[in-house]
Amino acid sequence: MGYPEYMFDSLKKVEESRPKRVELAKKGLQNFLKPMSAEEREKILSNYHPDYSSDARKPIRVGPNKGENLTSEVVDILQSHTRLPRNFSLDTVDYEADVLVIGGGGAGCQAALWAMKNGASVIISTKLRLGDANSMMSQGGMQAAINPGDSPLIHYLDAIGGGHFDNKPELVKALTNEAPYIVKFLEDIGVIWDKLPDGNPQTDSGGGASRRRMLCCKDYTGAEIMRVLRDEVRNHPEEIKVLEYLPAIELIKDEEGKIAGAILFNMETGEYAIVKAKVVVMATGGFGRLHIKGFQTTNHYGATMDGVVMAYRAGGKLLYMDSVQYHPTGSIYPKQILGFLVTEKIRSFGGQPLNKDGELFVFPLEPRDVESAAFIKECAEGRGIITPDGHTGIWLDSPIIEILRGPGTLEKSFPAMVRQYRRFGIDITKEPMLVYPTLHYQNGGVEIDEWTHTNLPNLLFAGECSGGVHGRNRLMGNSVLDYNVFGRRAGIEAARLAKETEIKGKLNIDHIWKYEEELKNEGIETDLISPILLPEYRNIELLRKHNKDFDPFLPAGL
Amino acid sequence: MDDVIKVKLIPIYILSRKYYVPEGSTIITAMEYAGFKLKKGVGCREGFCGACASIYRLPNDYKLHGGLGCQTVVQEDMQIVQIPYVPAPKAIYDLEELEPDPNIFLKYYPETYRCLSCNTCTKVCPQDLQVMDYVQAAIRGDIERVAELSFDCLSCGLCAARCPAEITQFNVALLGRRIYGKYLSKKGKFVEKRLKEIEEGKYEEGYKELMTLSKEDLKKRYFERDLNFEIT
Repeated sequence: MGYPEYMFDSLKKVEESRPKRVELAKKGLQNFLKPMSAEEREKILSNYHPDYSSDARKPIRVGPNKGENLTSEVVDILQSHTRLPRNFSLDTVDYEADVLVIGGGGAGCQAALWAMKNGASVIISTKLRLGDANSMMSQGGMQAAINPGDSPLIHYLDAIGGGHFDNKPELVKALTNEAPYIVKFLEDIGVIWDKLPDGNPQTDSGGGASRRRMLCCKDYTGAEIMRVLRDEVRNHPEEIKVLEYLPAIELIKDEEGKIAGAILFNMETGEYAIVKAKVVVMATGGFGRLHIKGFQTTNHYGATMDGVVMAYRAGGKLLYMDSVQYHPTGSIYPKQILGFLVTEKIRSFGGQPLNKDGELFVFPLEPRDVESAAFIKECAEGRGIITPDGHTGIWLDSPIIEILRGPGTLEKSFPAMVRQYRRFGIDITKEPMLVYPTLHYQNGGVEIDEWTHTNLPNLLFAGECSGGVHGRNRLMGNSVLDYNVFGRRAGIEAARLAKETEIKGKLNIDHIWKYEEELKNEGIETDLISPILLPEYRNIELLRKHNKDFDPFLPAGL
Repeated sequence: MDDVIKVKLIPIYILSRKYYVPEGSTIITAMEYAGFKLKKGVGCREGFCGACASIYRLPNDYKLHGGLGCQTVVQEDMQIVQIPYVPAPKAIYDLEELEPDPNIFLKYYPETYRCLSCNTCTKVCPQDLQVMDYVQAAIRGDIERVAELSFDCLSCGLCAARCPAEITQFNVALLGRRIYGKYLSKKGKFVEKRLKEIEEGKYEEGYKELMTLSKEDLKKRYFERDLNFEIT
């Protein structure tokens, strides 16, 4: 395989411009290609970022954020029907625990562990297997201000500037101030950080970060942390019960209106299960699989915004659900890895984005939204490279890393990327990658405070499904940090709350029928059912043609 | 975009039934094209989670191949079955109480020592890891080598499914890595030092100031901050 012949001219230009670019990089790229000013950022975002296009947002007509402009696809998923039949009964409780954690990714496992450490009995409900989550897939690293020339305060400033000053200050304080503790905690449970010869963690730069602050575990950072957290959860089978392939689909309240459990749904058999719990921690992750604006995504198969849907029906208030993160470097060639993440760490290590003429057209480490907008602009103005499938992208020069940081660097620090491309016939130590922005992260979510409380009593939110930590744009390495910091906080707070909570009266789901009523009163007609649980990738046309009894609605998630 | 290109369809067999799917599909996308709504045996779809382990045979080939469904391109007349997960014993341990003892694997995974050195695990590994070599390192009690050789493991389970000695290689490796990370990897001083500063409240004043700045002042502070990519 490799690249098609018609791209050879452009590839040659990349090689020709490389020696000059190596020279600039060695002298410090920021001295030649300045990061954008506030005005320049604003201009490129409003002209080229997908969030700013005219159809990107629309007002939501029901629920706690009624009248507010949210991402259009989010509005559609929220303005839809419950999966539950109207006569659904809560009479038989199947499982009971102090704390129910919904979601088995990084935030969910941290929450479960810390709730357990603080004396609570815990159930984890997860849609697929424990650890099947975006947490497993993060490659580049985790931010923590550990170096002498850095400080949590500089980390604070970087994060809040990257988020366009919309982040909630108390959340950014918790995030940045607890980062060094998380580094230690993870090492204490057996995570292997990449180290310098003196034993200090290796650190690199990241988009929008003004210091080297990115800790990593090769380019399997998320996988390493997630598999250790998962193993630690599995070391406590008595205290933490794990229910796999059993996603939550609705929340339950008690007579006082406190959240008091959830209804789970077996996707294979169609059975429901009722969990009664004093506190619920929502840790369901993001929404990449909604393919907002038709973008490819880096996200896990199960990233369908379930937690936000359930909470919104119950009255949970959303923050910044008008904002979507597109990762600048999603693979666009070969087609088997379309949309896959190419870690930002490639640019941290000196990788450079280039147009078809081999020109470096933007500072490589702008915050993600700015960098993505710059890529989209370059392609829109005709300086991109078109793939045989008709996608347009730009080059990401990876071989330059072998020159800047020594031969063998890619093989050693990016085994996942080298392997990924080698499987499909491209050697990224010798040839650049073709990339374009890809849907990556849900910047907003259900609004939380610094101990992860939402506006709903006894419902906590942690990780990507929560809103406020990152404002309207998250920086690289702050999501891994986020789920560790706030997953832990949610666990501690859940155990504390459980001790003082008594579930009052009968369990009920009246909020769901009230929400259905609201949809009806607003005249919203839709066949859509949510949470959608799993995206639809089957060839529906083909199924229709071959099987006239095929029902396109029944199988949504079934 | 995609529809302007004429797609060539090739025959494959999923659970013994024949389907025609676009050439160049992966096992996962081929199954979806054929009409399967996948609820198991699929995860991150990018080669990081190990949920989509699959086994397959090719025509005129004696070998039973293994691969990740999201990373394996289908071939004509390929016979495919998915292995959503492999039931595997998992030792329960308290890492705080463990010691980096060379006999640690004997204690928690004694079956490791049944290794026949047949190399089947290595041959089936979709990550191309030297699985048998790390199993042998475990038998020797070389924890560091286990950690190093197994680092890119996704716990897809294909090694354990095929092992004639009934070893759960990926769990052996995970134990080794956790011990290495906690006890054997070299520790620096930076993290402890920063933790002490935080504990002593060194940054509290600074936080208070930053958190009360007006948006305009905060903006000014941000855009005027220096970029410094030295470590110290």
